[in-house]
Amino acid sequence: MALTLDVEGPAAPPRLNGELVFEEPWEGRSFAMAAALADGGLFTWDEFRDHLIAAIDHWESAPVGEYRYYERWQEALESVVEQCNIVARPEVDELAAAYAARPPGHDHDHQHHDHSH
Amino acid sequence: MADSTTTTDRLPPAVRAEALESLLTERGLVKSEVLDGFINRFVNDVGPMNGAKVVAKAWTDDDYRAQLLADGTGAIKELGFAGPQGEHIVVVENSDDVHNVVVCTLCSCYPWPVLGLPPEWYKDPAYRSRMVREPRRLLSEMGLDLDDGVEVRVWDSSAENRYLVLPQRPEGTEGLSEEELASLVTRDAMVGVAKVSAA
Repeated sequence: MALTLDVEGPAAPPRLNGELVFEEPWEGRSFAMAAALADGGLFTWDEFRDHLIAAIDHWESAPVGEYRYYERWQEALESVVEQCNIVARPEVDELAAAYAARPPGHDHDHQHHDHSH
Repeated sequence: MADSTTTTDRLPPAVRAEALESLLTERGLVKSEVLDGFINRFVNDVGPMNGAKVVAKAWTDDDYRAQLLADGTGAIKELGFAGPQGEHIVVVENSDDVHNVVVCTLCSCYPWPVLGLPPEWYKDPAYRSRMVREPRRLLSEMGLDLDDGVEVRVWDSSAENRYLVLPQRPEGTEGLSEEELASLVTRDAMVGVAKVSAA
């Protein structure tokens, strides 16, 4: 399963020309949410692309830390779903804060449970 | 991170992605197994091996090559490769005189059906800006030294077009089968930051 990434062990996922497609599981989830919502017609790929360009441009206009592509992707996704009245940003903030407050290790179990059925 | 000033109030993307997935799932807009399917497809099934088959066929079949250069998307679809980000694929051919290289200056547009998802360096701000400004120098830093007489053409991907480079078939490969040829073709050669070598 793509979610149980074992980067260094014997169960390491396939690499394309020596590189992981997703460095962390959440990157794959974020990618797939955008792909699935565009596929379902909730927004067009060009609309998402406009938000992605804006998120990348915003970071590049005042770089902080290391450039992380999928962080920009996640920002673009939150921004496009908000603009399309699908999910409001404060809802994401609130639930993410609740998830962040869980005891260490809990989120890992939660994800397994969520996606194993 | 100690130097984060503007993003200190932003929660880690992992929990934000998880929260968004929960909210979208609640609303019936995404399903966990559908997301698993997209991830699985791009981790396991779609990648540069698809593009390599297209290139090898173009090397061994002149009619197909002509068709590929005239209608990239259609010719690629004929080999069974289609899907998101494959709607407008333009194939550009390298020769002794012209070397093509692909970039997306604004974000990360890339022909998914034939190359999979782009590597980190393709999405990197330095690659995106420098490949337009100083392609010859950047290519050299990436290990590809081109003769001064070779014209470098930089193709900037856009909402309309995704580009695939048709590399030159290396010398000494006359006796190889299409399958053997495909195994020589790399992702980097199809983006235009490398050449295909015979061994």
